[in-house]
Amino acid sequence: MNGEIILTVTDLHLVFHDHDTPEIAVDDFDLTLEEGEIVGIVGESGSGKSLSALAIAGLLNRKSLKKSGRIIFDGVDLLTCDRKTLRGYQGDEISIIFQEPMTSLNPVKRIGWQVEESLRIHHPEIDKETRKKKAISMLEKVGLHDPETVYKLYPHELSGGMRQRVMIAAAMIGEPKILIADEPTTALDVTVQAQIVELLKTFNRDYGTSIIFISHDLSLVSQLCQRVMVMYQGNVVETGTAEEVFSEPRQAYTRRLIAAIPKIRL
Amino acid sequence: MRYLIKKACMMLFTLLVVSLCVFLAFSLIPGDPALRQLGTNGTPEQLEALRQQMGLKDPLPVRYGRWLLGLLRGDLGTSYVYKIPVGSMLAEKIPITLSLALISFVFMVLISVPLGIYTAKHKDGVLDHIVMVLNQVIMAVPPFFAGILITLVFGMILHLFTPGGFISYKKSVPGFIGYLIAPAFAVALPKAAMAVKLLRGSVIDEAAKDYTRTAYSRGNTTNGVLYRHVLQNALIPVITFLGMALADMVAGSIVIEQVFGIPGISRILLTSINNRDYPVVEAIIMGIAFLVIFINLLVDVIYRIVDPRIASGDE
Ligand SMILES: Nc1ncnc2c1ncn2[C@@H]1O[C@H](COP(=O)(O)OP(=O)(O)OP(=O)(O)O)[C@@H](O)[C@H]1O
Ligand SMILES: [Mg+2]
Repeated sequence: MNGEIILTVTDLHLVFHDHDTPEIAVDDFDLTLEEGEIVGIVGESGSGKSLSALAIAGLLNRKSLKKSGRIIFDGVDLLTCDRKTLRGYQGDEISIIFQEPMTSLNPVKRIGWQVEESLRIHHPEIDKETRKKKAISMLEKVGLHDPETVYKLYPHELSGGMRQRVMIAAAMIGEPKILIADEPTTALDVTVQAQIVELLKTFNRDYGTSIIFISHDLSLVSQLCQRVMVMYQGNVVETGTAEEVFSEPRQAYTRRLIAAIPKIRL
Repeated sequence: MRYLIKKACMMLFTLLVVSLCVFLAFSLIPGDPALRQLGTNGTPEQLEALRQQMGLKDPLPVRYGRWLLGLLRGDLGTSYVYKIPVGSMLAEKIPITLSLALISFVFMVLISVPLGIYTAKHKDGVLDHIVMVLNQVIMAVPPFFAGILITLVFGMILHLFTPGGFISYKKSVPGFIGYLIAPAFAVALPKAAMAVKLLRGSVIDEAAKDYTRTAYSRGNTTNGVLYRHVLQNALIPVITFLGMALADMVAGSIVIEQVFGIPGISRILLTSINNRDYPVVEAIIMGIAFLVIFINLLVDVIYRIVDPRIASGDE
């Protein structure tokens, strides 16, 4: 961490206009992310964590959703810039992995093809052989045994944990500056959870990737994150270092959240 | 590969069952082909002799065996009425009917795939609404009626083709194909309407799935997501329909041949049914059964290429 800020989100406000009355999904979300930093976002279901993450990844394009605020990356406001500029960052500078490893991969495409995709899109100058080598070494790096075989498999031939590793490989192949992980371990069992968290740590250390880690699991967040944000009903109610937030929570809501978890290892 | 062999064996078995049903049906329906051929003027001795000659006196299993062995050797039997081999009667007609079915199929695909993709992509757009309304109408129109309309409008009013002026493929292949365009259109239209609706729905469903979000997150354009990710998934349910439609078109061609005066299988089939010329009818039914079963096999193979999940299910 060298302290340089690479992402600033200010006054992010997301409102759905699907129904008669506007529904405020995210009311006030602010975030600064430093290079090489891991920030955790915690909060109950429906507090707006995923929507904020999708907004940063540029994946909220529904007409019925009104977005305001600023998401500044690389001197550009991702909320207002044109689609082409945004696409230029997606998968190359900003990657995202999701909660649902079982459905996030295309069922009819081979693993290798999917892992290589952002390279194909952003770096067409890289030839096929090099791309394949990179994909295989990335599959190896995320802890998949026999990556040459996995490269040729289809998603349904892998377990949930393996698929999430594939998702990480695909997200990291372009060595992005930011990785957004939206509850990447919720659908996995405990031992796999710990391995995935270790994997994220490794990428953070080796590539200097900044990570936004969203989770319900406060103990995972405290293991992984330097800074933590607590969200409640579309608002960020508390931010601080992991230690501050977990040992001296200022907000009643945060205290309830912590109390709801039986044991936290700090 | 093992799967293919298994499938091919099943296909042969099905054909065997079909052949047994066809044979039994035509042996058991009342009516004596020998009597019919001879007319009521023949003496009982003549009738008996003819029965002997036609092999009608042998027990059923023997007759079935003989017929089946003939089929296997490519011998479709002899027409009761014309006394010539059925094979040579059909040889000139089969290419006509098959061409019609094939051109219809090509039309159906050429119309439905682009329109299905377009309407899904521009859902609720102007063209989408127009196509959806038209679809409802077209699906309700049977091919023979569409055929009559097309003959009237394009043949008799616009003079784009000469109704009844069939050109044999032996004379001119382009002329032959040119004449088949209008009838093929009539056969293809209602099926294309259904396929558009199916593909549109399928693309829309697939576009809402999680993996498209992943695809966008890697910097894909909308078209990139559509053509590189969604389409292959969306085609899976459509392939079955296209296969069934192709099989149906072979049968559907028979009706439309009558409307457009095309000398394909249909004419022979209808006269043979009237004349109780069973060997001819049997051969045509076996041919259609073979085609339907073969198309099914083909659909299965394509399915496995498009959807890898099926392929690994039984290996
Ligand atoms: N299409 C929509 N129309 C209206 N409201 C929506 C829509 N999608 C999401 N919301 C609302 O936005 C809010 C934030 O949702 P979000 O998915 O960001 O929550 P979350 O914090 O990620 O929850 P979880 O922990 O369950 O993943 C929720 O209250 C949800 O009801
Ligand atoms: Mg969520």
